[in-house]
Amino acid sequence: MNQPILECRGLHKWYSGVHALKGVSLSVAPGESVGLVGDNGAGKSTLIKILSGVHRQDGGEILIEGRRVTIRNPKQAMRLGIETIYQYNSMVPTMSIARNLFVGREPLKIAIGSFGLMDQKRMRQESIQAIADVDLHLRSPDALVGELSGGQRQGVAIARAMHFKSKILVLDEPTNHLSVKETDKVLRFIRGLREQNVTGIFISHNMHHVFQSCDRIVAMARGEIVFDQPVNETSVEEVQDLL
Amino acid sequence: MRRLLKIYMEKPELAGVFLLVVLTIIFQASSNSIFLSAENLRGVLGLLPEMGLVAIGVTILMICGEFDLSVGSVFALMPMSVAIMLNHDIGFVPAVLLGLLVCAVIGFVNGYVTIAFAIPSFIATLGMLFMARSLTVVISGGFPPLLPEIPSWIFTQYVGPGGLIRMSFIWFVGIALLAGGMMSLTNFGNWIKSTGGQIEAAASMGIPVNRVKVICFILCSMLAGFAGLIQVLRLNSPLPSIGVGLELQAVAAAVIGGTALSGGVGTVLGGILGALLIRVIDNGMVLSHVNANWFQFAVGFLTVIAVIGNSWLRRTARRIKVQVDDEPAHTRVSRPA
Repeated sequence: MNQPILECRGLHKWYSGVHALKGVSLSVAPGESVGLVGDNGAGKSTLIKILSGVHRQDGGEILIEGRRVTIRNPKQAMRLGIETIYQYNSMVPTMSIARNLFVGREPLKIAIGSFGLMDQKRMRQESIQAIADVDLHLRSPDALVGELSGGQRQGVAIARAMHFKSKILVLDEPTNHLSVKETDKVLRFIRGLREQNVTGIFISHNMHHVFQSCDRIVAMARGEIVFDQPVNETSVEEVQDLL
Repeated sequence: MRRLLKIYMEKPELAGVFLLVVLTIIFQASSNSIFLSAENLRGVLGLLPEMGLVAIGVTILMICGEFDLSVGSVFALMPMSVAIMLNHDIGFVPAVLLGLLVCAVIGFVNGYVTIAFAIPSFIATLGMLFMARSLTVVISGGFPPLLPEIPSWIFTQYVGPGGLIRMSFIWFVGIALLAGGMMSLTNFGNWIKSTGGQIEAAASMGIPVNRVKVICFILCSMLAGFAGLIQVLRLNSPLPSIGVGLELQAVAAAVIGGTALSGGVGTVLGGILGALLIRVIDNGMVLSHVNANWFQFAVGFLTVIAVIGNSWLRRTARRIKVQVDDEPAHTRVSRPA
């Protein structure tokens, strides 16, 4: 078997006395898309918050491509190739698509330290390309993100992750509060990840969405992984019964 | 064409520009053409930098999603502390630099208290409004100190064709260009807008949102203090009572210029336009022989009108669809006749 792109070994996390993660170990192969399911409070969010650098684990270790890493903050997670897309909060509605795509990673023409003049021409050109790459058709990179539909916003967020060559894409409930048509669009993006050689971790309450778009199902309950099977060896009913 | 119309309607300053044109025409007519005379413009432009600089700082901070009510007090405290230092034989330049440092500390405290204790900046800076004002009176000892011989010409000297503008106006334009450039051209401006627009998104993209906010608080305080210094050098006397009520005028200026109270939306130019509008009303009403007590009424009325106008423009612009959807057929709903 290939070396896993991401490996967690015995992750523990306590929140003021609550043992939220009890020794979670998970290994994900390159290009695989994993559906992470579980009830509220099962530890899914805790796990992905650790992976995306929002929180730090209290015990255990994380390896990326076999190398042990410490993820201190979101910026570092992104540098390691882990990009996270949240249900609402991944885009700034009052800014243009181009500015959103590059926020925090703006290409600079002239720089003093980490501050400088943005290369706006390059931002616009590259964002047109990035959006076209995920098969999203938007005419202008200057349109405000607030004018896009929920599904289009998630598409732009995925385009952003692709553009920065993320190796691992974490999607935290990306289909919540979307219409059926919009949801289909997002699921299509997720299925498209494999062709782009991107590893996906897709968190959802909706078992059907996960089964439609992932290779493998991992279920969590009470801070532990309780189920881990390839998608074609299990069924929605089996996982639902277990939870 | 529709596209162009949409772009202009979405500019947050548009309502401000429109009101400025309308008011100029009204005042020009009602003042027997004195309003646009060189002599009068000289007066308006001479006062604009003081209010304008405060408005720039408040606008940037509002775009970042926070408020500063202490600017009026800092406006008085900075020049007062400079005057005290001058009277203790500290040179002009070091005194001004130390004065700006005092402002920076106040801005830092505003930002730190807001973030560390997770309280609304409205409250944190309301506290600072009283504290900074009180400090101003305390250090003045009750009597405004006399200013020694200082090179105040660097702000007050009339320059340009026919002495139309003061040096302070040049400082103002320079700072405005820097601030405007920072907001629209630099990555830091992008960070400020994203922090104010959707703080979770900004943080998840690795923007140091707290640091960005603190820097905006510091910038806002320093600009307010600098503006106060310009006024004191113009009046040649550091009164402890200057700048009372200025904080709300500055918020009004920012809002008239299209800055959203919720953060994320606004421009430096808009804030300046707002400040200019307030100056124009003040001046135009006097020239038109309107009772000066109506000034605050006019500013209040204008603020509300500008905000209503802005949100109407933005809604209308949004309705002009130029963005092609993936499935355009579904988005179009036919209305019953």
